[in-house]
Amino acid sequence: MVIEWQHYAASGSYDELIDHRTGPRPAAQALCEYLTSLSDEELSERKTAAELAILVMGITFTVYAEGASIDRAWPFDIVPRIIPKREWDRTDAGLRQRVQALNLFIDDLYHDQRIIKDGVFPAEVLAQSANFRPQCVGVNPRHGVWAHICGSDLVRDRDGTLYVLEDNLRVPSGVSYMLENRVVTKRVFPELFEYQRIQPVDDYSLRLYDMLASLSPRPGDQPTVVVLTPGIYNSAYFEHAYLAQQMGVELVEGGDLEVGVDDGVYMRTISGLARVDVIYRRIDDLFMDPEAFRPDSALGVPGLMRAWRKGKVALANAPGAGVADDKVVYAFVPQIIKYYLDQDPLIPNVPSYLCMREQDRHHTLANLDKLVVKPANESGGYGMLVGPHATPAERKRFAGLIQQNPRNYIAQPTLALSTSPTLCDRRMEPRHVDLRPFVLSGPTTYVTTGGLTRVALREGSLVVNSSQGGGSKDTWIVDTEGL
Amino acid sequence: MLSRVAQNIYWMARYIERAEDTARIINVNTNLLLDLPRSMTFGWLPLISIVGAEQPFFKKHPAQTDEENVVVKFLIGDRDHPGSILSSLACARENLRTTRDTVPQEAWEQINGLYIFARDHLPTRRGRFEFLRRVIHGAQQVNGMLAGAMSRTPAYDFVRLGRFLERADMTTRILDVRSADLLPRPHQPAALAKQEQAQSQSGGGQIQSANAVQPEEQNPFESIQWMSVLKSLSAYQMYRQQVRSRVGGPDVVKFLLQDPAFPRAVFFCLKELETCLRNLPKNAEPLAAIDGLKQRLSAAAVPELAHAGLHEFIDDFQIGLGELHDLLAESYFMQ
Repeated sequence: MVIEWQHYAASGSYDELIDHRTGPRPAAQALCEYLTSLSDEELSERKTAAELAILVMGITFTVYAEGASIDRAWPFDIVPRIIPKREWDRTDAGLRQRVQALNLFIDDLYHDQRIIKDGVFPAEVLAQSANFRPQCVGVNPRHGVWAHICGSDLVRDRDGTLYVLEDNLRVPSGVSYMLENRVVTKRVFPELFEYQRIQPVDDYSLRLYDMLASLSPRPGDQPTVVVLTPGIYNSAYFEHAYLAQQMGVELVEGGDLEVGVDDGVYMRTISGLARVDVIYRRIDDLFMDPEAFRPDSALGVPGLMRAWRKGKVALANAPGAGVADDKVVYAFVPQIIKYYLDQDPLIPNVPSYLCMREQDRHHTLANLDKLVVKPANESGGYGMLVGPHATPAERKRFAGLIQQNPRNYIAQPTLALSTSPTLCDRRMEPRHVDLRPFVLSGPTTYVTTGGLTRVALREGSLVVNSSQGGGSKDTWIVDTEGL
Repeated sequence: MLSRVAQNIYWMARYIERAEDTARIINVNTNLLLDLPRSMTFGWLPLISIVGAEQPFFKKHPAQTDEENVVVKFLIGDRDHPGSILSSLACARENLRTTRDTVPQEAWEQINGLYIFARDHLPTRRGRFEFLRRVIHGAQQVNGMLAGAMSRTPAYDFVRLGRFLERADMTTRILDVRSADLLPRPHQPAALAKQEQAQSQSGGGQIQSANAVQPEEQNPFESIQWMSVLKSLSAYQMYRQQVRSRVGGPDVVKFLLQDPAFPRAVFFCLKELETCLRNLPKNAEPLAAIDGLKQRLSAAAVPELAHAGLHEFIDDFQIGLGELHDLLAESYFMQ
């Protein structure tokens, strides 16, 4: 395909692979040359091969439509997104710093709350937090870690600066797609892996298993680890099954587990009850244990919180970790890092206006047409107002919502999300992307090499969620030093 | 292995086998009717009691209609009848859906495809044979894929437990189509007919007739009818290799109940169940139950059964199989 990079639209966004004045960036040079060397037919053959591989490998996600759940093939773009290793090393360090501070913060909130006593974090924010769980006060999870698996969303603004957009500390998903995207890309472009230094991503499941095993309350024994899923109707069921399979552990549902009279957790097997040591739970706090939380939950295990509080079983992520997964708490992360680590954040936050502060609220209400407004506790892109794209009626509705419950909203400037070349209908076009790396915290910390790049496949769209028309790409960390 | 997964796999296999064998039952009855003169027809209603579906059928058809169309439609495609071919395939699919990782991908696709085929192509009278043939072949393909691509772990043992328990049960039901009580024979000696009646009403004890049945007296259609029973079980060829004499009731009943080598014979099914159970933990009680069933089979007085009491024997044996299922459930599915 002849790619005229100078005609590749300059939308005013930063492009991950192409500098609109000088052409391909150094780390993307080899890829761009290679793509140019392929004919249109060859390229579209590769695209078909990738789609076929996805179908055959059965990579799906579940969407709800008309009351039935359907498995859909995972939308994938074959052109990888590339990050130079040198830049990634800085990001890696920034993520470690951030997750370490967040874990210290959660642990503090469930113990002495020093950060509140020292006046750094306002008590009223905690008082109104939807994800603070009084049931967790005083519990000491192993290694002092609460958020064992964290997925932080990174975005790049027009000047090239990388920001953290949000931290997912409850049940972040997407890592299986990151792994499968690499498998597909290797099948489609094997040549590119031969003479470039593309950092591997494959060891995630091993690292995940090691981290989970290290949480076992019965050290010494070979621990029994399980993945707890809400079941096939969950949109991430594919990932739950995938990770269980990759780690070689059982995929269980709430009904497979019970808490015994000794407060240990057991799974029902054909040989009888078998003790479970570590549960990688992919069920939200509130559905986990009908005794402790929502009594109407049919997904959970009665008594699970009791077992966890007594230290009979480890839960990852720990219940209550979501307290730091709140858009208002997010705004305080730079202060949180400073307070616990006495360091400046290596990756900046997107500047945020807290509607609970009078001055910020006035600013937000006066600039609703320029800002993005987000509720404190939603994920998946739901319940947001994207000011510049909203109708006056929507803006008016949000103004009302903010005044009713200011604690529940923050506002941020609209970022011009970076783009990356994407094969659209036989043409290379810029599409907006974000990046979700995953951080594992146990006795040591592990950061995925790159992460999951999500792409908004519709022209001009900024929404990357798979439930709303997003797809994904492979993400390459390329070492160009000394080549 | 998780109990839930074992249970799902076991039921998946049972439902696949049930769909296949229901298709076979309909086929055997169709063929029997074609072979008989009009004066001897006995209709379709017996099939409803053979598959044990009186309750849902009479609820839906209180007039107890005997019409071929109504009965066959009910057995093939009625969603309110949990044992219909369509319901069985839907249940097999649903059981597997929640445990898809346990079986090879192709087998899931085959089961899914078979269900969709049945749902979208419910047959008219003319297309019925072809439809049933495809259901039987589809089920055989699933079995083949599982045999060829599933590791011999406990998961595979549960596939086979489900399949052979269901098959043993269904083979006895297919035999029942031809059993004395359901198929009156015009040339039957009057005394024997009366004796049967008395036994079934008062528990017997009145006329202990030594009136052994003369094989020569069987009616001219007898052989043909037993041949269709064999053919509906794909057993005709294997039977002929084993039994050289003319096809007759006692030999066929003996073959289908007691043959240790033919894979749809009840005795063979029990041996398979035994083999699977030996691989599993906590197997003492189910193994003892199988032993009991095997003894009952061997002790069955086969030549006499062919003429009288087959239906009672089968009824009783089916209860034994039901108890075996309960023991499996107790050992492996519930805790």
